[in-house]
Amino acid sequence: MSLIEVSHVEFTYPSGRAPVLRLPEFRVEKGERIFLFGPSGTGKTTFLEIMAGVLRPQKGSVRILGQDLGALSPAGRDRFRADHIGYIFQSFNLIPYLNVRENIELPLHFGSRPGKNQLDHLVKSLGIGDLLARPVTELSVGQQQRVAVARALIGSPELILADEPTSALDMDHRERFLKLLFDLAGESQTTVVFVSHDRSIQKLFTRAVSLADLQAVTA
Amino acid sequence: MIFLRLAWKSLRNRLLATSLTALSIALSVALLLSVERTRRAAEEGFMSAISRTDLIVGGRTGPLQLILYTVFNLGNATHNISWESYQDWAKNPMVEWTIPYSLGDSYKGYRVVATNGDFFTHYRFRGDRAVEFAEGVKPNGLWDVVLGAEVARRLSHRVGDDIVLSHGATKGESFQDHRDKPFKITGFLRPTGTPIDRSVYITLPGMEALHIDWQDGAAPTAAKRVAADSLKVENLKIHTITAFFLRTKSRIETLRLQREINTYKEEPLLAIIPGATLQELWHSLGYAERVLRLISALVVVVGFAAMLIALTTTLNERRREMAILRSLGAGGGRMVGLLVFESGLLTLAGIAGGTALSLGAFAALGPWLENEFGFYLVGPALTGIDLLVLTGIFLGGLLIGLVPAVRAQRQALKDGLSVRT
Repeated sequence: MSLIEVSHVEFTYPSGRAPVLRLPEFRVEKGERIFLFGPSGTGKTTFLEIMAGVLRPQKGSVRILGQDLGALSPAGRDRFRADHIGYIFQSFNLIPYLNVRENIELPLHFGSRPGKNQLDHLVKSLGIGDLLARPVTELSVGQQQRVAVARALIGSPELILADEPTSALDMDHRERFLKLLFDLAGESQTTVVFVSHDRSIQKLFTRAVSLADLQAVTA
Repeated sequence: MIFLRLAWKSLRNRLLATSLTALSIALSVALLLSVERTRRAAEEGFMSAISRTDLIVGGRTGPLQLILYTVFNLGNATHNISWESYQDWAKNPMVEWTIPYSLGDSYKGYRVVATNGDFFTHYRFRGDRAVEFAEGVKPNGLWDVVLGAEVARRLSHRVGDDIVLSHGATKGESFQDHRDKPFKITGFLRPTGTPIDRSVYITLPGMEALHIDWQDGAAPTAAKRVAADSLKVENLKIHTITAFFLRTKSRIETLRLQREINTYKEEPLLAIIPGATLQELWHSLGYAERVLRLISALVVVVGFAAMLIALTTTLNERRREMAILRSLGAGGGRMVGLLVFESGLLTLAGIAGGTALSLGAFAALGPWLENEFGFYLVGPALTGIDLLVLTGIFLGGLLIGLVPAVRAQRQALKDGLSVRT
């Protein structure tokens, strides 16, 4: 069983006419670090949101850890996401009125992942251990993204979906950021699917996939 | 728990917007409660302008008219009662006491009431409150006059001052003054919060003496004028009075006595039970009450509109926050719950603030209202009805919160985690 099995997915926004995404086949094995690339506007984010169970494709099936997301109720999908998936946005990952610690612990309140005792280790590894009580609005962009990583990894979810989280960082920081992410993901055997249009960091991943190629098969 | 913390911190984060919204609700709640309390106090004050009096008796007229000119200083009597009829009823074995009233003159727009010592002994208002003197003594001599609290305060007289009464009770018309027969002030009454404050009291012989040389309602010519110092109390016979208040020895007798007075053979009389007539009068003024209520209800609606606007505008800024919570696995129901919970907290803060504001304002301004307007805040500060209305407002606030919350939720289902603007 693959960790992610996507087959014959088609997704159209309620307001759109043509499908933004048409994907015959996509598989990810456990422990892989996938670099999913493509130019802006090709549906990368939409695809991530489908895998996260936030959007529901009109056609096809998405299985994560063997669970068919389409078979779950909306509440069931939310619950599944809380329990198994960490999500990192491009920017503005944090709730502005909560401090660093509260932001990191937030996912523990929505799912059943235990992870409180991981917090110290995570923040120490990410170098944000002394920022826990700080309001997130006082952090630099790089610090904010590391807090987002800690939040995505707390409770050791099986899958991390990352939506260009490095695009706001400079080159130096990008590599360090990815290295930290992979080290910590490796510790908890978490699979990473990372979308970006910036192919300069591609070499750090175990596999690179072009979204355009994936979609082209049917065309 | 996380719910409470999220809602609390999010509200605190937008302190200005939050407190303005809560303030707008607080103001409408305060206004609603204040209007309601004022209305209650007005009704209470109105209904208890006279107490302990079982019947008011006057010449044959309408019941409303009778209570208006005797208790509320409004309008005029069309018929008087002869002194003999009055004596007849005053001596009736069922009667405990009576207070005669003779009306028709005024002092600078304030009604002159000619009565006797029974008024100061027996008259009661607001339960068992008697008429008391702030200064001086009751009128005894022919030319003695006592001023009600408001008259005294407005016109700033002192005990011992001479004043000239005017003929006729209508305010603002050209009066004929009783210039040849001035009265001397012997005292001032304490404020009562009833029309007593706006009255002037003289003796029945005083009223008689004032008009002794008048004929058929016309002032005497210079030749026929009777000099004030030639009149003596002992020589004056009282011919008529305008009305009288009556207390029965036993309340059970009231209806029987009323019937007997109303069918009195000697003279057409009307006896009314003040409580019943006051009730009727208040109901006929009911539209004013309804308008007041309508206004306060509208104010609450405006408060809610302000809240809806505030919630909707902040919601746009908060879509990012909603997307983050969703990515963490917070479900649609929880998001709606969070937003509704926040508006619940806002409404609750508004209700608490508004209630405190209203209670505080009345506590602070109460004495001033009593002094300045004779307006007494009788009755409870908050009634069960008030609490019911406040509960209704709270539920209304939740409902208002539901509108933008559901909208945001629908938007999120369509757009996923990306915030499209």
